[in-house]
Amino acid sequence: MLDVFGIPLLLATIRSASPLIITAIGGLFAERAGIINIALEGKMLTGAFMAVVIAYFTGNPWLGVFGGIFGGAFLALIHAVVSIKYKANQVVSGTAINILAIGLTGFLLQVFFGVAGTSPSVNKLPSWGPFNPLVYFGLVLVVVAHFFIYYTPQGLRLRAVGEHPAAAETVGINVTRLKYFFVVLSGALAGIAGAALSIGDLSVFVNQMTAGRGFIALAAMIFGKWTPVGALFAALLFGFAEALQIRLQGIVPIPREFVQMIPYVFTMIILAGFVGKATPPAALGK
Amino acid sequence: MDIMKIIRALRLKELVLPLGAIFLGLLVGAIMILWIGKNPLFAYASLFYGAFGDLNSIANTLARATPLILTGLAVAFAFRCGLFNIGVEGQLLVGGLSAAYVGTVLNGLPLIVHLPLTILSAMVASAIWAAIPGILKAKRGVHEVINTIMMNFIAYALVAFVITGPLKAPGQIPKSADILETAQLIRLSEFAQWSTSRLNTGILIALLACIVIYYLLWKTTIGYEIRAVGLNPFAAEYGGISVNRNIILAMVISGMIAGLAGAERVIGFHGSFILGFSPGYGFEGIAVALLGKNHPVGVILAAILFGTLSSGGRWMAFNTGVPTELVTVLQAVIIFFVAAEQIVAWFFRSKKKTRQVT
Repeated sequence: MLDVFGIPLLLATIRSASPLIITAIGGLFAERAGIINIALEGKMLTGAFMAVVIAYFTGNPWLGVFGGIFGGAFLALIHAVVSIKYKANQVVSGTAINILAIGLTGFLLQVFFGVAGTSPSVNKLPSWGPFNPLVYFGLVLVVVAHFFIYYTPQGLRLRAVGEHPAAAETVGINVTRLKYFFVVLSGALAGIAGAALSIGDLSVFVNQMTAGRGFIALAAMIFGKWTPVGALFAALLFGFAEALQIRLQGIVPIPREFVQMIPYVFTMIILAGFVGKATPPAALGK
Repeated sequence: MDIMKIIRALRLKELVLPLGAIFLGLLVGAIMILWIGKNPLFAYASLFYGAFGDLNSIANTLARATPLILTGLAVAFAFRCGLFNIGVEGQLLVGGLSAAYVGTVLNGLPLIVHLPLTILSAMVASAIWAAIPGILKAKRGVHEVINTIMMNFIAYALVAFVITGPLKAPGQIPKSADILETAQLIRLSEFAQWSTSRLNTGILIALLACIVIYYLLWKTTIGYEIRAVGLNPFAAEYGGISVNRNIILAMVISGMIAGLAGAERVIGFHGSFILGFSPGYGFEGIAVALLGKNHPVGVILAAILFGTLSSGGRWMAFNTGVPTELVTVLQAVIIFFVAAEQIVAWFFRSKKKTRQVT
């Protein structure tokens, strides 16, 4: 029983949390800019796919990471154009992005590899110590994002746009350009997280392999009250739940499905303000 | 001029956006088909043939459209109150689960009691599932989008637990036992020899639901209040309509419709609760509601369109080698175009202008 806990559990927690951290930070950049980002799931999935495609055709997993960035950013650009330029409802366009990602990756999987379901194996990223390199990237990202949002003029602008875009516009901030930038950035980060799944943890793409992680990242972002450090701890908590659930299987008679519910239930509780209040950026979705 | 009059009388103008979105969606699909070196006309013809080639295909297409009518109606109804119910998928699953329980466990009841009870149990379960985000929105001001998404994932886990655990039938496949005959909807194949389709009386329930919802929304005070809240909650509140009460009510009714969709799949189409039976009916319902402009008639037409795409897609893939996933891409692209109506307006307006010039 006791050997369930300890260092291996800690490592597994960080491993599970890493894609959530990266995606949640991406999500909070978009939401701080006022764009509701329920499309993280789709951007992550596309990133996971493009990472495998590029790694397959170049044989180089590092270039695969750039494929992931491109995949996530490309979908985010569509999301941005439809939501910002054409003023589509952001929830609707986000839903469409998620559906598009499932369709597009499934379609292209057959076009590029002639298979349905699972891609051929590619070279995966090397291990640096116990983790793949993107895990370290995620941890550095938290520090950088925190510093950026709270200690730089650009970060202040970002926060201003999310709270009161009209006021931000009056003081000379190009609100539209800033929104585009941060939505695309958030897609790129979700894409990196996708790459972490497909060529960091595994070495293949599997249809719909993100399996809701984009939504758990969204939950982590909310649970962390739209702050990088909060998102880090929320992601670690959810990662811990996942890691613990895997390690407890067959040992403790708690059905794993109940452990899987934890992130979602926690998020609903904190949003309802029963345990501290999470308040979204004031101009979100407008 | 006369044609313009007819167009106005039939309100055909309202059809321009949805039809334009469908056209542009098919155009994007055609480009993708060309890109992979296939013939788009042949692919679309195969798709159409697969969906409508013979009576049995038509029945299959309608069977595929049935849950979409209901999920589309559920999303549309909530939209009318200004609510975005992304949780229809989870509500459908929980409703189906409840139907599976009542439909397999209650033995010895006559059909006249068992069947309605089973359907009712699905509606109640889904209504409760939908009421939670409704109450949280009304009482605590939490946006329903996030909570309905969270509730979807809680539903996935709950369903997985119950169907692989307490309700699991013996065997390899994670599914419930077969629904008792007294709780099953009648399938077309039971009285039509030519049919192997699992089209069932659920489609009549779906159409009936559309009529009831139409009546409720436009011919009753309840519907008037719900629409008033959807159009302008502040004005509604000022006019003495309780916004909070209507938000909860709209979510409950939306959930009940979603429950019908789950029931139709479990006690009609499949005859048991098979884990993972839904390819995302709830999410397709969002597309259906948008394309159908949140109107019951529009929902029926849009559901048949998406049913056609899904049902014909398999034949298209078999016949032409275009992956079925194209259909999913088409759905997404159509949603984009409906959501960003300015694109469609721009596309068709600029065309008109060039025509005037030449």
